[in-house]
Amino acid sequence: MRLSSKATTLLILAAVIAIAPVFFPSSYYFRVGSLIFVNGLAVTGLVILIGYAGQISLGHAGFAGIGAYACALAPVHLGLHPALAAVLGALLSAAIAFLVGRPILRLKGYYLAVASLGFGILVSMVLSNEAQLTGGPDGMAVPELGLRAVLKAIGIDLSNTEFWYAFSGLVLVIGAWLALNLYHSPTGRALRALHGSEVAARTVGVDVAHYKLVAFVISAVYASVSGSLLALQNKFITPDVAGFMHSIEMVTMAVLGGAGSVLGAILGAAILTTLPQVLTVFQQYEQLMLGLVMMLVMIFMRAGLLPSIARRIRGRAE
Amino acid sequence: MSLLQIEGLGIDFGGLRAVHDVGFSLKPGEIVSVIGPNGAGKTTLFNMISGVYAPARGRVVLDGEDVTRIPPHLLARRGLSRTFQNLQIFQSMSVLENAVAGHHLHERGSVFADLFSLPAARRRSKASEDSARTLLDRVGLGRAAEQEAGSLSYGALKRLEIARALALKPRVLLLDEPAAGCNAVETEEIDHLIAKVAAEGVSILLVEHDMKMVMRISNHIVVLDHGEKIAEGEPAAISRNPRVIEAYLGAQATEVQNADG
Amino acid sequence: MPELLQFLLSGITVGAVYALVALGFTIIYNASDVVNFAQGEFVMLGGMITFFAHAAGLPLPLAALIAIIVTAGIGVALNKLAIEPARGAPVVSLIIITIGASIFIRGATQLVFDKQIHRFPAFSGDQPILIGGATILPQSLWVIAGALAVFVCLWLFFTRTLIGRAVLATANNRVAAQLVGINTNYVMTLSFAMSAAIGALAGVLVTPITLTSYDVGLALALKGFAAAMLGGMGNPKGALVGGLLLGILEAMTAGYISSQYKDAAAFVVILAVLFAMPQGLFGRKSTDRV
Repeated sequence: MRLSSKATTLLILAAVIAIAPVFFPSSYYFRVGSLIFVNGLAVTGLVILIGYAGQISLGHAGFAGIGAYACALAPVHLGLHPALAAVLGALLSAAIAFLVGRPILRLKGYYLAVASLGFGILVSMVLSNEAQLTGGPDGMAVPELGLRAVLKAIGIDLSNTEFWYAFSGLVLVIGAWLALNLYHSPTGRALRALHGSEVAARTVGVDVAHYKLVAFVISAVYASVSGSLLALQNKFITPDVAGFMHSIEMVTMAVLGGAGSVLGAILGAAILTTLPQVLTVFQQYEQLMLGLVMMLVMIFMRAGLLPSIARRIRGRAE
Repeated sequence: MSLLQIEGLGIDFGGLRAVHDVGFSLKPGEIVSVIGPNGAGKTTLFNMISGVYAPARGRVVLDGEDVTRIPPHLLARRGLSRTFQNLQIFQSMSVLENAVAGHHLHERGSVFADLFSLPAARRRSKASEDSARTLLDRVGLGRAAEQEAGSLSYGALKRLEIARALALKPRVLLLDEPAAGCNAVETEEIDHLIAKVAAEGVSILLVEHDMKMVMRISNHIVVLDHGEKIAEGEPAAISRNPRVIEAYLGAQATEVQNADG
Repeated sequence: MPELLQFLLSGITVGAVYALVALGFTIIYNASDVVNFAQGEFVMLGGMITFFAHAAGLPLPLAALIAIIVTAGIGVALNKLAIEPARGAPVVSLIIITIGASIFIRGATQLVFDKQIHRFPAFSGDQPILIGGATILPQSLWVIAGALAVFVCLWLFFTRTLIGRAVLATANNRVAAQLVGINTNYVMTLSFAMSAAIGALAGVLVTPITLTSYDVGLALALKGFAAAMLGGMGNPKGALVGGLLLGILEAMTAGYISSQYKDAAAFVVILAVLFAMPQGLFGRKSTDRV
């Protein structure tokens, strides 16, 4: 029996996450791995928005900020458990995405880009300026999730970095599973249809405004959960998580690997997350390299890394 | 009793009258063709009837209900479906997926069921996929189902659009040049397909340049020139109408007449 | 009243810079349908190169001229190396490419020059001029005059010269322009050169007031982009008015509401404008052809 592309993708992803630690020489690699997974999760959300529905957002870090600060603030002010705080953050992100998305998604192309960008900047500005609440640009501490202690009590003893590697890896696989389910579902088809031709999608009965909003809200929840995971594993958070650069990085990761494919986007997240780590030796070259990579991939591999490479291999095989 | 009734429909582009005071009606199962020289306003008329453009004047009445200026996706729910002159295919989807996408109104459901791939969502997908395969067979694309839509020929894409439009199970179907880019054999196939669909009770409004086809299958013909209706009637009457002949042959015919007189 | 006038004057000064950046956006957008997110880097380069050339002993006018020419060259290189090869790419790709170019230029500047904040002397001294109880720096007058001069020159260029009309023709319809014999590649190159030069000029004019460093470009690009959108993308008059309005709005917000949220106010109004009239103040309405 031939495996469906969904099963193949999930198998590859799970296998890489499970096997990679064998080759890790130090705990530092677990840390980089978990960062890749956290970014990969946000980027998987963007695959739904950019790759499926064809809508751009330059403000999704705003939702990551909401998710991150929910984990920092809700436990202190509302007495919520950090896990529940992350859920609250996701709900809040969904609600805000619903309200903001309705007017924003009427816009197209560059207009949509600048409107979403404006939204992201507003969120990061509030986080930096409301210093009494958020600690301002200096950031604030985030409480311990506490799951590691529970695992230890039942006999699974993981180091902090190992735990976050495994936990964010698991969340990423779940996120990828949901995104792939969506792709092959009626909703996913409606999204891809409106991406292909809005007018044709309308004439087959797709309520285009509604489905764009659906994609926007779902991707906002992904970004929010990603922000929560980042806050919880760092136990510290600054407004940079919601900043413009973070939004750009997210979109670049998605498009770099190939915004149409979940696996490609996660690969993009892996590359752009690892690049700065590799380049720490040449720190002054970091921006130069990042800019260069962004330009080269978009010029020479328009569909993104993974689809372009796949096409080339298929082309040679034929 | 007419199923679709067009009354005094008109629209202007930048002060220019693109379509003016056009009216006609369709009975269930009837095939009505709109013909006219290039730029006569046929596609614009289609865009107004299907809700893509908002008409400035006039009414569109579907089954006794005023549907003027109702957006296309709501018209689709009321049973109006269409194809496009310049193809509007979902390029990155497979042929099958394009046809499945046409089932949107029948397969849509809860987003949560779709995200978690619940049995209900899979059932909906399966049902529309089965129906899509039947439709593809019907338009002769059954064997191309798994191909990328972008790889099909122009004529095949035209038929794919028809399959997608039929997936809605429409009561009124607007076909904008369905035979353009098709060879003689394909044109005849489309010909039969349209006749069969009409025989099932679907009203068909057709724009087509292939006059032989139009004359063969139409019950009724509406002729547009410079955005206005200059004639309508049965095919035989239309082909003899001097105003129609003049509109098609234009100045040339007028000159001939003048020379004669 | 003097307070209001003071905010107005500082708003117009900042707005003139936004207008220059927005004009740069407009020129490139018209020629190529590309929104060049690296536009702010041109402003940064104008300031930085002038400073270092001046510091190396060149007289200020010569340093400024060199900065403008070098930046124009960088604009042309950007077009040839990154934009032309990507012609026909989707909007998302073009956004990534020009943002990539912006980050690249920032990284290169930081390597070639440094990460310090720099300033060179104002052209006509730092003695504020008194107007009706408010003050304005002579350099602000230079900035405002610069923006107006650029606008007038552009207007003359686009309406009175053959090549200017060729640019407009290309903006309207690339294929038709090619058919009537316009070299659209040349038009693109020219547009990037002009746009970069205008950006650099803005940098030269404003650096004595706002100072410059390798990382000021992005914020300027965003504001200029916002101003261009406010006015209606692709419309030079819109860029000028949008830039000035945005500058005044920011100054008023900073003065009367909260200086922390001056950037926020700009974006809030832009969002409001986009929702109320998505084509901007002077933009054309378009009908999708099907």
